[in-house]
Amino acid sequence: MNPLAGYLLVAALLFAIGLAGALTRRNAILVLIGIELMLNAANLNLIAFWRYGPHPEALTGMMFAIFSIAVAAAEAAVGLGLVIQIHRHAHTTDLDAMNRMKG
Amino acid sequence: MGVVFFVIAGLTVAGALAAVLLKNTVHCALALTVAFAGLALLFLKLDAQFAGFAQILVYIGAVAILVVFAILLTRGSETPKDGVYSRNWLVGLVIAAGVFAVLGWAVLQSVGGFPSQSGPAPVVTVLQIGQALMGRYVLPLEIVALLLTAALIGAVIVAMHEKEGAQ
Repeated sequence: MNPLAGYLLVAALLFAIGLAGALTRRNAILVLIGIELMLNAANLNLIAFWRYGPHPEALTGMMFAIFSIAVAAAEAAVGLGLVIQIHRHAHTTDLDAMNRMKG
Repeated sequence: MGVVFFVIAGLTVAGALAAVLLKNTVHCALALTVAFAGLALLFLKLDAQFAGFAQILVYIGAVAILVVFAILLTRGSETPKDGVYSRNWLVGLVIAAGVFAVLGWAVLQSVGGFPSQSGPAPVVTVLQIGQALMGRYVLPLEIVALLLTAALIGAVIVAMHEKEGAQ
């Protein structure tokens, strides 16, 4: 099997698993976990294309992945802060129970 | 494509599946850590040492701990009585399967244009990465610094406990 195709297929599988988790779980934290998995799958794609691309010495793909990791960290912090605040307000993290935007 | 790749890929996918499927939320967080570690190993196998160690530091060291804290602060480890899956779980599953089918089809269709083996491992030193960050990528670096500061302040303000009658 082609090595690049192997990495891309693993990344696609991880993305699909993360998407399934984000779409099917009730708990808001588990939805965030699914989103993190999808971001990580994208990073794996970036690194794999960087490694098997024609100019790996240019560092572009790896830099993109590093910036993506930094943005994902910021996203996780804000997302989990929001979940904690919603739990304090509505006493639930069940997304099916959160059916109004008014406080 | 050695045995090592398949072992690491299997570990990563199994961790991700467990993170999505398990009932207990704390177990999900632990399985998520396994998936992050497998991804870091894949990065190391792709000769991206810096990204691999950044993955370990940021995801295993920070994001997983944040997730565990959030689970414990929201008492999310208690399994809800009406199931852990949403009412529309079948729709979500179909969408995810469709996305995977499209992505896998695209990869397998274009496999003929892929290089059959990688070139020699690029020598990437931390010096080169630092010079790239301070030279060509200095504007994105500053923007990420601003974003992280804003996220830090924003997360504290959002999660801060409001005192009674503070408004």
